[in-house]
Amino acid sequence: MKLKKIAVSEEGFIFDPETGNSFTVSSTGLFILERLKKGMSLDEILRALLDEFEVDEKTARKDLADFVQQLRLLGLWEDGKR
Amino acid sequence: MKKPYEKPVIVKLQMGFVSKAGMSALDKLVRAEIDGVSVDELVERFGSPLFVFSERRILDRIKYAKAVFEGYYPHVEFSWSYKTNYLDAICAIFHRQGFTAEVVSDFEYEKAKRLGVPGDKIIFNGPFKPKSVLERAVSEGARVNIDSFEEIALLEEIAGNMGKTVSVGIRINMDTGVRPQWQRFGFNLESGQAMDAVKRIAAGGKLTISGLHCHQGTFILDADAYRIEVEKMLSFAAELERTFGFEIEYIDIGGGFPSKSRLKGVYLPTDVVVPSLKEYAERIGMAFISRMEKPHSPYRLVIESGRALIDEAGFLVATVLSVKRLPDGTRAYVIDAGVNLLYTSYWYHFNVEVSRAVSGTFEPSVIYGPLCMNIDVIEESVMLPPLNPGDKLILSPVGAYNVTQWMQFITYRPSVVLIREDGRVDVIRERESLNDIVARERLPEDLKL
Repeated sequence: MKLKKIAVSEEGFIFDPETGNSFTVSSTGLFILERLKKGMSLDEILRALLDEFEVDEKTARKDLADFVQQLRLLGLWEDGKR
Repeated sequence: MKKPYEKPVIVKLQMGFVSKAGMSALDKLVRAEIDGVSVDELVERFGSPLFVFSERRILDRIKYAKAVFEGYYPHVEFSWSYKTNYLDAICAIFHRQGFTAEVVSDFEYEKAKRLGVPGDKIIFNGPFKPKSVLERAVSEGARVNIDSFEEIALLEEIAGNMGKTVSVGIRINMDTGVRPQWQRFGFNLESGQAMDAVKRIAAGGKLTISGLHCHQGTFILDADAYRIEVEKMLSFAAELERTFGFEIEYIDIGGGFPSKSRLKGVYLPTDVVVPSLKEYAERIGMAFISRMEKPHSPYRLVIESGRALIDEAGFLVATVLSVKRLPDGTRAYVIDAGVNLLYTSYWYHFNVEVSRAVSGTFEPSVIYGPLCMNIDVIEESVMLPPLNPGDKLILSPVGAYNVTQWMQFITYRPSVVLIREDGRVDVIRERESLNDIVARERLPEDLKL
């Protein structure tokens, strides 16, 4: 399970070279994507979110799971079958 | 110092799609208060969901309607369409502004009387007027608009029993270009049925016709349909006076004027689609003035407007209960108000506003009600920022029909409050309790647990 190869701009503009689709992300979404690209695990990202933002763990954990679900639905998350 | 948090969201960009930048007018989506009263405070005091009506908006709308209609034609009687919203407080606001009551059933007649409306200030319409209530209406001097041949016979019987001639109106239907054409109410004009009804009444000798009534439909977007309606009614009235010697006093054109609700299937903004009330007033008023044969004893123009006067004065405040992501990626919110409270959601889109500014990317979202039923969808797709449980949504306009057609189903109907002109907030209908719902039930002795 990992993030597909995508281009992430500093402003939150995402480009998927395989499909040509483009996306925008919120600032926290960008924060997560940048760390996923670096290969950080979801647990590490959760801790990073809690360190960086004014948010409780329950909310952050739920939102992070939801964000991964969004990536999966948008075809940006590979389940490692290939 | 940690950074402020917003929910992580990723949205696919599409050609022609409203981008985050395009939706940056976030303020437009925020309604922190209604008439100066904080939405959050309203919920704290009266619970959620909560219907909120604005007295000021109602009064402003009445003032506007009177000004535009009387500007074109001075002899106007406004009659409040009870079925649109028959809460006592709402009706009382209209009656205090000189509106008569337009009722269509035994219940509505009795409700108007109970509120203190005199019989001669009540217009009794509708396809079903039970005999006992019809007798009461006739004896109390209400204006009855006849819907069928059966009703002619019934009224003649009542007139005979009372030993007097009863003055009535007849309801007619006609082609004004509006489709679908409403043909089930009253007597059809073009086929000659309306004239047959008049002949029948004249031959009976117990009733006299003093008015004509027509209600051509609902949410009519073509103002010119009213010009056609008025012209046809006026020539029919003239014919009745000439041929039968009836003295017509009033021409009742019904209602049907639209509000700023957005009809489903219509993609243009309501400001483009919905003509202003002034356009209707102009067509109607000018038709009266130009066709009037007796300016010294003019007909009274009766207008039974409902929706156009109350819809935008009503709001429903609801609370987000849970947040879901559907398998197709759509964000979904479950709120505490469903189609049980928002009957009009089957036909209209609502403006959806949030009680506080929420930062984050807008996403097309679906709003579900709390009912355990698949049909309970308030909005299929509305652009919303990422909301959390507890956030308050304000849906509008909901002032017309919802608090009459709402249904009691698996839960209680909420409180209804009225924000007064001076900013006071009065409860005008309390939240239901278990006893309100079970009071009429009877459990047979042998079934008791």
